Amino acid sequence: MDFNFTEEQTMIRDMVRKFVDNEIKPAAQQIDKEHNVDLVKSIFKKGAALGLYGIPFPEAYGGSGMGETGYCILIEELSRGCASTSVTIGAHIGLAGMSIMIGGNDAQKKKYLAPLASGEKLGAYALTEPGAGSDAANLQLSAKEDGEDYVLNGTKLWITNGDIADIVVVYGLSNPELKARGGITAFIVETSTPGFSANRIEDKMGLRGSATAELVFEEVRVPKENVLGQVGMGFAIAMETLDESRLSLAAACIGAAKELIAMSIDFSKKRVAFQQPIAQFQAIQFMLADMTAEVYQMESIVYRTAWLYDQGKKIPREGAICKLFCSEALDRIVDKAVQIHGGNGFMGEHPVERFYRDSRVNRIFEGTSEIQRMVIAEDVLKKGAY
Amino acid sequence: MNIAVCIKQVPSTESKIRPASDGKDIDRSGLSYVVNPYDEFGVEEALKIKEQLGEGTVTAISIGPEKVSDALRTCLAVGVDQAIHIQDDAIHGSDGFTIARILSAALQKENYDIIFFGRQAIDDDSGAIGVFVAELMGLPHAAGINKLEIHPEDRRAVAHRQIEGATEIVETPLPALFTCQKELNEPRYASLPGIMKAKQKPLTVWGLSDLGIDPATVGATQARITVDQITSPPVRTTGKIIEGNASEAVSELVSLLREEVKIV
Ligand SMILES: Cc1cc2nc3c(=O)[nH]c(=O)nc-3n(C[C@H](O)[C@H](O)[C@H](O)COP(=O)(O)OP(=O)(O)OC[C@H]3O[C@@H](n4cnc5c(N)ncnc54)[C@H](O)[C@@H]3O)c2cc1C
Ligand SMILES: Cc1cc2nc3c(=O)[nH]c(=O)nc-3n(C[C@H](O)[C@H](O)[C@H](O)COP(=O)(O)OP(=O)(O)OC[C@H]3O[C@@H](n4cnc5c(N)ncnc54)[C@H](O)[C@@H]3O)c2cc1C
Repeated sequence: MDFNFTEEQTMIRDMVRKFVDNEIKPAAQQIDKEHNVDLVKSIFKKGAALGLYGIPFPEAYGGSGMGETGYCILIEELSRGCASTSVTIGAHIGLAGMSIMIGGNDAQKKKYLAPLASGEKLGAYALTEPGAGSDAANLQLSAKEDGEDYVLNGTKLWITNGDIADIVVVYGLSNPELKARGGITAFIVETSTPGFSANRIEDKMGLRGSATAELVFEEVRVPKENVLGQVGMGFAIAMETLDESRLSLAAACIGAAKELIAMSIDFSKKRVAFQQPIAQFQAIQFMLADMTAEVYQMESIVYRTAWLYDQGKKIPREGAICKLFCSEALDRIVDKAVQIHGGNGFMGEHPVERFYRDSRVNRIFEGTSEIQRMVIAEDVLKKGAY
Repeated sequence: MNIAVCIKQVPSTESKIRPASDGKDIDRSGLSYVVNPYDEFGVEEALKIKEQLGEGTVTAISIGPEKVSDALRTCLAVGVDQAIHIQDDAIHGSDGFTIARILSAALQKENYDIIFFGRQAIDDDSGAIGVFVAELMGLPHAAGINKLEIHPEDRRAVAHRQIEGATEIVETPLPALFTCQKELNEPRYASLPGIMKAKQKPLTVWGLSDLGIDPATVGATQARITVDQITSPPVRTTGKIIEGNASEAVSELVSLLREEVKIV
């Protein structure tokens, strides 16, 4: 057993942390207040120059082969600074890139994964529809075969990066009879294709610098060579991608949690009430103790699971456990952080207020907490616990 | 151009520094370490010169225990070609002058055209090592430079230094030694490809015997300067605000300065 990060992993963490401290943290409040997607895009470009988006991908496709562990380190550190930036990058690597990594053939990876890994192109992943969120198997976007193409018609909803992406991995219904049992197909769609349009949705509780969009497909022709994996295998690719990206979402929660604890320690040592720093009060100390105990658990399960994934194990249960526990733990932590900050924690000028709004969605997207519990329960009933 | 950059591993700026229980050092438990920020300017300048000239080798050199190799690997990840780690238990407790002697011995083994140091290390702020080394090696030096031009055709360099109210421009033949000030450049980040390559780059470890230095001439017993005591700065007490109109406030202030602070 060895719980140490490797030298390279530590160097990645140090490098990303420096990048976050210098480039992201100073911009985070502005990104949130102004819903400033352009600022996030300019940070995205700077990260591309450092090779950040190739971390989990093989060298053959321009990556650095640092696996899921390297990727979780990246997302954790980014999330200390700005959730909008972290989610933009997470959807790009963990959802779009991973779908191609999992489902794509060599030619597709060269053509589409490599420019995502280099950051030359931006990616998105479109599964959710107005009538199909948790019940993704019920998606309706129509994908009809026509000569050398598939023709897509329908709508996708709340797609991260949807209106700023160059490449979207779209899940469509190629066989309405079979549905999720062989009727769903994944397509790589270039957003420059005629018939594709996207409308940004502005008014969100949090992640205000992350572009979320409705995508409309009107007779969008996609060549057959852009089918990911086999026709009808799309749902399996979507789910396997989510196993992985749920884990990185849990890593994002760690980064936010650590930042909140650091802010709370700092504030409680400086803020004086009843003639002493509030850090002297046991009520505050116990909150800090609970927050610390939770972040230790978060870290322990996420990197253990990342290690499992990098050993080639499938992680549907463990990915769901990490996502469920970490997103709920973060909400407990951010609530305490606001509490420790008192009235300041309610005010928009303090980052803790932004973290409070940004944290909430982690219990909803990439599968709600209820869906994670369903995944875990089904698996444990079948195979037993540990 | 053959360029050397001497770097020091120091506690990161976010570290909470406390005196150790013996009062002669800082408490090193739980500290995280980084490459001294002023030394990073030297690394960046060396890499820029190499890129501009399209040729050359950049070598990073550091003295210290095992963990110093992390700092050297970071330099390799940023783009430095090779690293030299001088590690020997006998060195522990050496003063700045001894460190400069050891570095000079290491630098003398190779013909460097340019040697960079940071203008000071952010932990002990002594600001002396680079200048000591220049003296020991008989090299010209410019301290605290914020701009540097290299003219390889006639082997000379022009450096800018910020002095009180003015900029001083100095010229020197090469080889020369420079200590780097802020504003010299903006140090780059390590990149992912750089991190992946760092492990394959040479990191040589030298002991004192490799440098022909007698261990009896270094270490705490040979130090000319010893640390008697390290103390925390006094806790700043809250200020006092004097209320009232200007004339009342002034007379109150004067009486406070006279009676409480006793300085007028
Ligand atoms: C900011 C943001 C970004 C997003 N980005 C993307 C993206 O990039 N790509 C993408 O494809 N999607 C994206 N989504 C969509 C997201 O994945 C869905 O919102 C999520 O899966 C939940 O679906 P829903 O919103 O339709 O909720 P619903 O499925 O309608 O769920 C409503 C409630 O019912 C509960 N529920 C549903 N079914 C069950 C059941 N069987 N048992 C018990 N409870 C149940 C849910 O847990 C939830 O509490 C994003 C969403 C947001 C908010
Ligand atoms: C939207 C809004 C509207 C407001 N409107 C008004 C108003 O109309 N009029 C008005 O007068 N005020 C108003 N306030 C101020 C509000 O009453 C204070 O924010 C509140 O009393 C908390 O004080 P504080 O923010 O200074 O936090 P602090 O007192 O600094 O508390 C910080 C933390 O320390 C804890 N703490 C403090 N002392 C102890 C102790 N002895 N033991 C254990 N824990 C301790 C607190 O519980 C909290 O968790 C408003 C605040 C907000 C956010």
